[in-house]
Amino acid sequence: MKFIGKKFIRYLVLASLIAFTGCASPDRIVLLPNADGSPSAVIVKTATGERVIDQPYEAVDVSQNGAITQSKETSESVRARYGSALDAQPKRATTYVLYYLNGKVEMTSESRAVVNKLKEDLKTRHVPEIIVVGHTDLVGSTEYNDELSLERAKDVRNILIATGIPDNLITISGRGKRDPVIKTADGVSEPRNRRVEISIR
Amino acid sequence: MSVKKMKAIVGLIAMFAIVSAHASDDAGLVKNVKGDVSIQRGEQKIAVKPGTRLQVSDRVITGANSSVGITLHDGTLLSAGPNSTLTLNKFEFDNTTHKGILDASLKRGTLAVVSGKLSKSSPDAVKYRTPTSILGVRGTEFLLEAGGN
Repeated sequence: MKFIGKKFIRYLVLASLIAFTGCASPDRIVLLPNADGSPSAVIVKTATGERVIDQPYEAVDVSQNGAITQSKETSESVRARYGSALDAQPKRATTYVLYYLNGKVEMTSESRAVVNKLKEDLKTRHVPEIIVVGHTDLVGSTEYNDELSLERAKDVRNILIATGIPDNLITISGRGKRDPVIKTADGVSEPRNRRVEISIR
Repeated sequence: MSVKKMKAIVGLIAMFAIVSAHASDDAGLVKNVKGDVSIQRGEQKIAVKPGTRLQVSDRVITGANSSVGITLHDGTLLSAGPNSTLTLNKFEFDNTTHKGILDASLKRGTLAVVSGKLSKSSPDAVKYRTPTSILGVRGTEFLLEAGGN
């Protein structure tokens, strides 16, 4: 009896040592609210179980053997524990649209103001990548509009390069009249379709 | 075969090699770095700075008081806190169809994820792993922590 007691105490000491050194600290998964408020979920599979978390700040702890324990975080506890990972998050992508004059590679004066906003945004980003896609309305042939849309995209690229953005971070393409925002019959002049879309991230 | 011809062929081969390497390996871009961050790429250890390109099979390692923020080509945002080891096992993304595959493991440390286009167009092809778990995601922002040793 005495012998077993000693063994038991030794076991206890060992177990608490493991707990203290953190050897067996669990993995943890926390669902965050989506920025746009839309519903979302994470499905967690382990050697011994499966759990779906689908509420903001719902969390699971997974022990080394795969056992899942449900828990709950708050925005404060998440800040405290994961602040440095969250602070390192790159800025989300934003899209700007510039409108062009009929048949021309010249943007509207309203859009020139948008370019200034775009430039300000670019200053806040580390190593911004920029995707520029030119479009036209449905006046003219496919070939003519492919060319025009690409020239509009190049116009934006030139502006970006002039502000100091390296060429290799800018991707341009022209979609011609294939992708109008306002669906019209062929041959219809529509200012809202004469545009360049710029996505930056 | 003339020297000119040979030069042209060598040039062509080199061009194809560059194009295919870009198509298959380039997965993302490091946006911000704090402290001590490196990439283990095969035998190579690369010091990471903003603008470093991330490739498939890269292992990203952060030191104490360090962190890193990465954008993958589908728009996925990955950011790791201190003392973390993150491996991009697989990544493919087709810019036209938005289809592809993403498989990443967090061996230790902390990782914040904002899912990109792949989780919308190919949700079943997106997997995150910790030493104990495999995660499937549905249009999601979440945090991962690997307790590890």
